[in-house]
Amino acid sequence: MTLPLTPSQTVGPFLAVGLPWPDGPFVVPEGTPGAITITGRVLDAAGDPVTDALVETWQADADSRFNHPDDPRGAADPATPGFRGFGRCATDQDGRYRIVTIRPGPLPCPPGGAEAPHLDVSVFARGLLDRVVTRIYFPDEAKANASDPVLSAIVAPERRETLFARAEPGGRADEFRFDIRLRGPRETVFFDV
Amino acid sequence: MTADAHQPATRGELSLPRYQRPEGVHPPLNSPAYRSSILRAPSQPLVPMPQWLTEVTGPLLGAERVTAPDSDLTTRHAGEPLGERIIVTGRVLDSDGRPVPDTLVEIWQANSAGRYRHHVDDHRAPLDPNFDGGGRCMTDSQGRYRFVTIKPGPYPWRNHLNAWRPSHIHFSVFGRAFTQRLITQMYFPGDPLLAHDPIFNSVPDPNARERMIASFSLGLTVPEWALGFAWDIVLRGSTATIFEARQDP
Repeated sequence: MTLPLTPSQTVGPFLAVGLPWPDGPFVVPEGTPGAITITGRVLDAAGDPVTDALVETWQADADSRFNHPDDPRGAADPATPGFRGFGRCATDQDGRYRIVTIRPGPLPCPPGGAEAPHLDVSVFARGLLDRVVTRIYFPDEAKANASDPVLSAIVAPERRETLFARAEPGGRADEFRFDIRLRGPRETVFFDV
Repeated sequence: MTADAHQPATRGELSLPRYQRPEGVHPPLNSPAYRSSILRAPSQPLVPMPQWLTEVTGPLLGAERVTAPDSDLTTRHAGEPLGERIIVTGRVLDSDGRPVPDTLVEIWQANSAGRYRHHVDDHRAPLDPNFDGGGRCMTDSQGRYRFVTIKPGPYPWRNHLNAWRPSHIHFSVFGRAFTQRLITQMYFPGDPLLAHDPIFNSVPDPNARERMIASFSLGLTVPEWALGFAWDIVLRGSTATIFEARQDP
């Protein structure tokens, strides 16, 4: 039996009526040892902030596992207490979002390879008729990043660069910056998943 | 998905569900008739991404944050909201026809006058002190959801001269995998504004557009109380694929 799919539609400008959760940004509870913060802005083709977007993240835990039955290695209790894997944050008046999480481990992938630590990201906004999907990688995982098959498939270095979180200049070691440029100069790489 | 899609693989293999890639269902991101897409839709082609562990898993959550009153948008305040009381119910299924149980469904909508409780909405229509516009529930073991609300009103927007959105309810659904995540809108049958709406018509296939319109159901209608509408949501289905994995990280 094959049922035809329901099409996507935009979240529109009023998603704040239904989607934000007070604890949405906290993939792990605030104050969790080893927690990191990923902040950034969602920007449009003119470089203006997108103030009505929703950013969602999904990732493995620090031990590279998912608490999910479709992980063929078996569902695993999270390595970090209170780890949810999922983050959700609406952007503010500056287009800024913030996610508090822990660094995911690397993942095995076929055929016999490994994916570098990463977060999958969905962005929803007025003007986006479907979500756009990207990934956040970490700048200090040079060896793992070099052999990551998803990164390696993106040939142009300036495109690949858009997938790396950055250390904030003068910032703390546990703070990362990841801007999402929906369109235009330095447009973020988006994936068809 | 086949039965073994949810079983742990034997050592050295990664048995992963593989989710159907939709063709000709979703609206193109670049749909300039919808003006907001012009500065926001990516200009570069999307890069194909494999469906590996991060993509075939996803957040299985919600039960801990949903209580029964969350699915009734008409009983949150001292008084009842104005408008036509309606019941909206249906199933979340995958394209293989399997129900998607225990998944979080979130909705938001305008009030009966076509006004959202949101600081950006400046439509000259009244707010309703007895209506917030947000709701959520978990699907049951058969994938069924049910909301009690009021029929949202149409409202003007500034996409083009005399642009009006048809009545709609926004729906957000997780499914069981990152690949299945869907946010869409449910429309009402017979709405004359549908023909003029660039968001509804951004879906190229007329049959696919029809799948966003609920059906009126006399059977779901409760006498002397509320009109019933039926609407099923279909997410991408999957089949199991086995890959060799020679190493663990």
